Amino acid sequence: MGSARLAGVTMPLEHRFHLGIGSRFENIELVQVVLKDSLERLGLDEDARHWVDIAVREAVANAIKHGNRQDPTKRVEVDLGLDGESLVIRVEDEGEGFEPGEVLNPLAPENLLKPSGRGIFYMRSFMDEVQYGLRPDGGTVVTLRKRLPALGVDREPAGRQEQGEKSE
Amino acid sequence: MNVSARQRDGVTILDLKGKLTLGSGEQALRTTLQDALAAGATKVIINLKDVTTIDSTGVGELVGTYTTVTNRGAKLKLSTLPPKLQDILTITQLITVFDVYDTEDEAIASF
Repeated sequence: MGSARLAGVTMPLEHRFHLGIGSRFENIELVQVVLKDSLERLGLDEDARHWVDIAVREAVANAIKHGNRQDPTKRVEVDLGLDGESLVIRVEDEGEGFEPGEVLNPLAPENLLKPSGRGIFYMRSFMDEVQYGLRPDGGTVVTLRKRLPALGVDREPAGRQEQGEKSE
Repeated sequence: MNVSARQRDGVTILDLKGKLTLGSGEQALRTTLQDALAAGATKVIINLKDVTTIDSTGVGELVGTYTTVTNRGAKLKLSTLPPKLQDILTITQLITVFDVYDTEDEAIASF
């Protein structure tokens, strides 16, 4: 167990991968390949992988599109780690920063037929927690968390001692 | 993503295959649909059987398709949604907007 330095914030996190990409839409698939491999190693089943994949896809798409405005010289940084029984994924961009409060509710009848504006809703639907923050040097950090009680297929046995305990 | 158009019983069926996601060539749905409408299609089915993933951009494309078809006075149905697409349309409440059928035969019969 180590700590990973992300966006100037140190948090206790079992770091699994870091990936930096240029802001091109085709690189979303690159993130998916690495993510899929990582989630498979963690023992997530196909269903769980699918929903995490969709949420991360939205976060990276937003970073490329709205954060870095598709400037290929600007990077999107993706980190994945574990925090206890939670999967933690951070996506950072080099944009102007972002205020999620400005986003319209896509379920409101007047917004239902709008062609865009569902990305954050998607993330919130498929993850347990979605947090937005600002990087100290500018840019947005979105942190996605998902509790995965079954996590731990390839983890150290020392971390599984609570196995026999009765859960609340 | 691949889109191909075919005709059956006077209905234009658009078969989608692969990922309906940002950067996957998702605009192909719009252009294929526009070609079909320009050729006089009034009944359109989008067959989603072979769509593996749909992101918010893909959902936006489907919504755009609905708006385009409806504005032209034509009719649009969706058929054979894989369970995950069904889930997404339910979560986004678009299931209440689209006319969705389990099979292509049912969708054709509904016009």
